[in-house]
Amino acid sequence: MIKIKRNNIYTLVTLALLLVFLYWLNANRLQNGMLVSVLQKGVILALVAVSMNLLNGFTGLFSLGQAGFMSIGAYTTAILLIPVQNLDGVYYMNGVHPAIRALKELVASSPELVRIVFPFIALLLGGLLAAFAAAIVGVAVLRLKSDYLAIATLGLSEIVRAIFSSPQFDQITNGSYGLNKIPNFPPMLWGAIPSLITPFIVVTFCIIFIMLLIKSSYGRAFKAIREDEIAAEAMGINLFKHKSMSFIISSFFSAVAGGLLAMYMRSIEAKTFSITLTYDILLIVVIGGIGSVTGSVLSAFLVTAAKEWWLRFFDQPLTIGTFEVPLFRTGFRMVIFSILLMIVVLIYRRGLMGTNEFNWDRIINRFKKRKGGQA
Amino acid sequence: MSMTTILQHCLTGISLGGAYALIAIGYTLVYGILRLINFAHGDIFMMAGYFMIFSLASFPWPVAIIITLVVTTAMGIAIERMAYKPLRSSPRMSIMISAIGVSYLLQNLSTYLFTAIPRGYPEIPILKRIFQMGELSASFVTILTPVLTIILVVILMVLVNRTKTGMAMRAVSKDFETAKLMGININRVISVTFAIGSFLAGVGSILYFTDRMSVTPFSGTLPGLKCFVAAVFGGIGNIPGAVVGGFFIGIVETLLVALGYSTFSDAFTFFLLIVMLLVRPTGLFGEKTVEKV
Repeated sequence: MIKIKRNNIYTLVTLALLLVFLYWLNANRLQNGMLVSVLQKGVILALVAVSMNLLNGFTGLFSLGQAGFMSIGAYTTAILLIPVQNLDGVYYMNGVHPAIRALKELVASSPELVRIVFPFIALLLGGLLAAFAAAIVGVAVLRLKSDYLAIATLGLSEIVRAIFSSPQFDQITNGSYGLNKIPNFPPMLWGAIPSLITPFIVVTFCIIFIMLLIKSSYGRAFKAIREDEIAAEAMGINLFKHKSMSFIISSFFSAVAGGLLAMYMRSIEAKTFSITLTYDILLIVVIGGIGSVTGSVLSAFLVTAAKEWWLRFFDQPLTIGTFEVPLFRTGFRMVIFSILLMIVVLIYRRGLMGTNEFNWDRIINRFKKRKGGQA
Repeated sequence: MSMTTILQHCLTGISLGGAYALIAIGYTLVYGILRLINFAHGDIFMMAGYFMIFSLASFPWPVAIIITLVVTTAMGIAIERMAYKPLRSSPRMSIMISAIGVSYLLQNLSTYLFTAIPRGYPEIPILKRIFQMGELSASFVTILTPVLTIILVVILMVLVNRTKTGMAMRAVSKDFETAKLMGININRVISVTFAIGSFLAGVGSILYFTDRMSVTPFSGTLPGLKCFVAAVFGGIGNIPGAVVGGFFIGIVETLLVALGYSTFSDAFTFFLLIVMLLVRPTGLFGEKTVEKV
């Protein structure tokens, strides 16, 4: 009992330190632009990776539809949040649907409290819409097994993309022109939490929810399905109910992350949510360890930082003394990145964390052991 | 739409379908033996496009075609050796992730080597010659594609049904473990499978890109996925099924574009896939399989 309390205190202290760091970052955001954007993108991808891990790692359903659900969330959030005065600028080609304009005018004229929470309502609505879509298609798709499920969900995300970019939806999604002028993250609690920190708070809540879910009896049922479907069914687990539950929850959080991504990027188009995005997230999950929430979070930050920042120098020409090293030019970074990735897939197969979670006991034990060795 | 226009579109569709069929066979062969969706197959097809561009820059076209096919085949075997063979005893999901990794690597590598700017596909004068048949006009490649596809499939069927290697391939696809116990050299059979698949993808690439004019590092992704759908549609593991699926998807896609639903033509393929999987999971010509507990 005492031990559990000690670990909880450690976790709380770490989270508090992170929060202090984020406030510091907020105060010095101009000097640390790169760090801010890497951390924000990292935390958004962490949420998608964790939700994909819930489905792929914990329930054993190999689904590749994440980008589709993200685009549902991103589009819903974006459409709801574009300010009414910018509508004509965004939908300059085809005009905007009257219903959307009416809704926006209603929101703009509503009391201040509603306007403050509206961005979060938009995120929630995006999530719910994706969850609803997942519930409908899940009935059909979840009957499929492994590779077939993967290719069917991959197809689903392509269908969503085609619908969003089709001329028939021009007045809602702006077709292939995409949406821009999306407002940035809103501040929370009347400015007590600045807008820079908002995504971290939202994602932390979502991930804590997923972790609690995995620890609950539902989570144990998910793992049972992952290990052996037929045995799980024989133990009295309702396969369809649990599979669709996992699918719906995963889609919900993917869509919330999609909404956050729309706020982060400020402009989206259907191409953003192509199959490549799903692959990127799958690779984050694999590098972190399939079946480890903390692994996914860690690897989301590592991969984002490596891709956007640390490996950046590979793209620039490099000269040592007078010798100009060949190979270094645009695109080399991604080659290095994909080779690193293949190394993880082929040699370091369990990823960073395997199926383990981050654990204070292990770190403390390792620390103690090292100390003991020195003495 | 007049009858001539419809026929003209059908001709284009059959030609596209032929190229699809050749790629789909690659998926069906590999899936039949390894139970692996070779996500990198579409990128092998894309790389073949680049090989052709570069070899045609310095060689006459018959030599360039041979070089392209040989290099593509070698690349297919090399990918299998490096990315799939070490994972032979791992869960199927790891091999699939490895395949996605290879596809990622090939795309990034070709972006690095050849830049993301579309590169013009060279014209082979003989293939581009225009034939006039009544009111229909078609280039030679449009007519050649379905004919060549059928010839190659017949040769492949003979190979699979009549030769010793073919017999080994059939045995491995029926039961991997037993085939191994019977003394079949599994690694050789798998290499032959990848070689045939990549060779056909190379042929498909020449036929496909001659009509499309340009290659980018990402031009393999969608055709790749569509051809997988074609293979599933016809019943995966079944060669004639893949051919029928390829032609079907090619024709329907061309007709959808002709009717003005071009944004939905890709979505249709996947819609077809989902419906097919629900109605008849083993495809048109697939055999019923019984899941062993």
